[in-house]
Amino acid sequence: MQLDARIPGGPLADKWDAHRFALPLVAPPNRRRFEVIVVGTGLAGAGAAATLGELGYQVKVFTYNDSNRRAHSISAQGGINASKDYRNDGDSTHRLFYDTIKGGDYRSREANVYRLAQLSNEIIDQATAQGVPFAREYGGTLANRSFGGTQVARTFYARGQTGQQLLLGAYQALARQIHAGTVTSYTRCEMLEVVVVDGKAAGVVVRDMVTGEISSHSAHAVVLATGGYSNAYFLSTNAKACNVTAIWRAHRKGALFANPCFTQIHPTCIPASDEFQSKLTLMSESLRNDGRIWVPQAERETRHPRDIPEDQRDYFLERRYPAFGNLVPRDVASRAAKREVDAGKGVGSLHNGVYLDFAESLARLGHDVVTERYGNLFEMYERITGENPYEMPMRIYPAPHYTMGGLWVDYDLMTTVPGLYAIGEANFADHGANRLGASALMQGLADGYFILPTTVAGYLAGMLGKKPVPPSHPAFAAAEAEVKDRTNRLLAAKGSRTVDWFHRELGKIVWDECGMARTADGLRKAIADIPALQEEFHRDVRILGSGEDINQALERAGRVADFFELAQLMCRDALNREESCGGHFRVEHQTPDGEALRNDDEYAYVAAWGFDGPGVEPTLVKEHLEFENVELKTRSYK
Amino acid sequence: MDLTLRVWRQAGPDRPGAFEEYRAREISEDASFLEMLDVVNERLTLEGKEPITFDHDCREGICGTCGIMINGKPHGGQKGTATCQLHMRKFGNGDVIVVEPWRAAGFPVLKDLMVNRSAFDRIIEAGGYIGVDVGSAPEANLIPVPKAVSELAMDAAACIGCGACVAACPNNAAQLFTAAKVAHLNLLPQGQPERFARVEAMVDTMERFFGSCTNHGECEAACPKSISIDFIALLNKDYVRAKRINRAMVSRA
Ligand SMILES: Cc1cc2nc3c(=O)[nH]c(=O)nc-3n(C[C@H](O)[C@H](O)[C@H](O)COP(=O)(O)OP(=O)(O)OC[C@H]3O[C@@H](n4cnc5c(N)ncnc54)[C@H](O)[C@@H]3O)c2cc1C
Ligand code: FES
Repeated sequence: MQLDARIPGGPLADKWDAHRFALPLVAPPNRRRFEVIVVGTGLAGAGAAATLGELGYQVKVFTYNDSNRRAHSISAQGGINASKDYRNDGDSTHRLFYDTIKGGDYRSREANVYRLAQLSNEIIDQATAQGVPFAREYGGTLANRSFGGTQVARTFYARGQTGQQLLLGAYQALARQIHAGTVTSYTRCEMLEVVVVDGKAAGVVVRDMVTGEISSHSAHAVVLATGGYSNAYFLSTNAKACNVTAIWRAHRKGALFANPCFTQIHPTCIPASDEFQSKLTLMSESLRNDGRIWVPQAERETRHPRDIPEDQRDYFLERRYPAFGNLVPRDVASRAAKREVDAGKGVGSLHNGVYLDFAESLARLGHDVVTERYGNLFEMYERITGENPYEMPMRIYPAPHYTMGGLWVDYDLMTTVPGLYAIGEANFADHGANRLGASALMQGLADGYFILPTTVAGYLAGMLGKKPVPPSHPAFAAAEAEVKDRTNRLLAAKGSRTVDWFHRELGKIVWDECGMARTADGLRKAIADIPALQEEFHRDVRILGSGEDINQALERAGRVADFFELAQLMCRDALNREESCGGHFRVEHQTPDGEALRNDDEYAYVAAWGFDGPGVEPTLVKEHLEFENVELKTRSYK
Repeated sequence: MDLTLRVWRQAGPDRPGAFEEYRAREISEDASFLEMLDVVNERLTLEGKEPITFDHDCREGICGTCGIMINGKPHGGQKGTATCQLHMRKFGNGDVIVVEPWRAAGFPVLKDLMVNRSAFDRIIEAGGYIGVDVGSAPEANLIPVPKAVSELAMDAAACIGCGACVAACPNNAAQLFTAAKVAHLNLLPQGQPERFARVEAMVDTMERFFGSCTNHGECEAACPKSISIDFIALLNKDYVRAKRINRAMVSRA
């Protein structure tokens, strides 16, 4: 199989414009003749569904949450990037593009990233017009802060709740379309199968999570905006329900899965405290603007941090990366913290964290300024740990956070299944091997508000006059039967262990072998161990109740079943990639001072995997990345 | 710590419900309330008893999915804290904890502790937005917004839509939820064109599902985001003006 990303020709800066002109359009009166399904109401999905509704298409939108307002996007704290250059500090479209490509360790497509940078400003305009209460200066204009991996201040934020406010903006735009009748919304409704007819996406099969009813929905095009798969690690910063099922089911139906091993481990999370821990809490990266990261120089230090004199502390990021200091990109910061903890310098009673210290900022800026910037984060930290960050440095440690991998998509955001699109975190497109902070919100909204609504018209235009495949088509009946069969098998196991037990065990393997540092031996071991655990899961899982009403254990079991399959692909992909880049660190490939060692000659490609049946070795298809506008350099933040 | 839970169990929307008692032994003080329920559910499952159904997602106090009446208080009564952020260190060894769903006609119980809060979505759909299609937004700095106004709008916009305000109110009124959205949008210059249509439509929809506000103020105390009831005054003011203005507009048309 050959992959064609269908990147338009011409100069980088003109590609999107030229492409928009070249794409066929659907005239306003014809739009209502087209039906589009959007799965997911995060920034990407709510943005796309609302915009498609505004344009006049007939949209059905599905979410497993009880309201469109609650998607995982709501948790994003820190902010959203745009190259407005309001600060007059040398920012530009090209600089945002360059930072994102470099931050992604040269494993993303130039054309996609450039388009993202171009659209970034319009996102801020749109959100502001919707009433998103971004932080402002006293003169009434918008404020900015800086984030890791950049030397300009281009991040827009709404206190520590940027994702919430952006999502509410999109949710409200969606509510307006629901009210107008262009969008029909299905909440507490989980998509469990993609239906493909004659090689094209024809619709989805969903389960009503309240009544257990399985039903089919067809459309001219299907958009998956179902988020990332960090919960493969069990413990992550993602919301508990985040899962891979939607895109995994699409993968099984023919959509290639790209770069599954590119996962991001976020440096500033609260370290785990015990076995019962159900998730890890992120402390916004914006804290690194004013907090200094350090560990004691002595191993297994037990003194109170305030009793450790300056000359016995190691501000290891400032020491190793003087140019960027505490603001190095996430992958670099995470690995550096791991190195210190592995060397026995970890802090806290379990010695599993590093300090993030605000003492100096409190002295320099005063209590009020620090409170204004980070007050809610400090409160959140105190609520969870019982420690007060105004008096005692925070303890932080990396945790799985974001997945750069996802369904392979072309420049139009279409997967390898015609008519099936993937947007937001669900696709692989823009962040390469590492995502810069405040860029996921930007990408989700660029995809949802601007790109997908434009490109999908190009596909729909060719179907004018054709009705969608009816849900009475036998392919839907077959997909429904498959879903029911899977559900029944899970319920029938009647084993001796809970779903969470298996998920936790799986998570441990993935974290140990496919987390912050990966080795060929470890990955091979994981590839051998996961199927054994998977087999045990299907034999020994215990789910009580039935499929005919609300059954949360059953919902989780379906997701965990798909995580088992995904986890194997993550490990295979990590094993295949004999280099270190971004979030993917292969211990065998590092410089003498422990930095990632890329191999551009052999691995400057997107690894897109096909599904050839359960337990069968998947096929690898490579999309070679061409770099015409940036020079591939060793990323240096020194 | 060892606890006794008295938990509301209800198999479905139209089924009768009742309290059942469970022992929760050896719970860590560092566990969150929901993690404690996770542990109880794991044990129930192994004992062959159906686990307790409860809503949750982000587990960091921002999505508004969780919401449990704990000892008669929404989210357990710790100031500015959602159920998922409540930690067991706030309870004492040997405590008996009563665990119930939100009780409100506007939020019918679906199962055990899970309720249907879609009435909130209906209120937003009625007018809780600024009608600006993608593509038609002006440059973001074109309309300056005084910092104080923007901060106040943000205070209101912080609502997570959990429904604690309704659950806390003796009348099951949804004034605080509605006022928070109305205030967020009506305070901003961008929200002015639809200001009066918005407030009237939202309040009228709210009244189809929820009781009337008689100024008890329980909602503010229960709100995990400490949203102020001052916004209800703003809502009332705009609503009264809206009735007059909207009528005048209708008669002019
Ligand atoms: C704690 C935290 C903080 C973050 N902070 C920032 C930040 O400051 N800046 C930034 O840029 N990024 C941040 N991110 C990343 C960013 O929030 C996410 O990448 C982004 O919001 C993802 O948006 P999305 O629309 O792609 O998916 P999501 O918001 O995850 O939405 C997925 C949607 O799909 C639905 N769904 C999924 N599967 C199914 C199914 N099978 N059936 C039906 N519905 C389904 C869900 O219900 C949901 O509506 C943060 C992430 C975390 C975890
Ligand atoms: S689970 Fe999200 S607010 Fe509690």
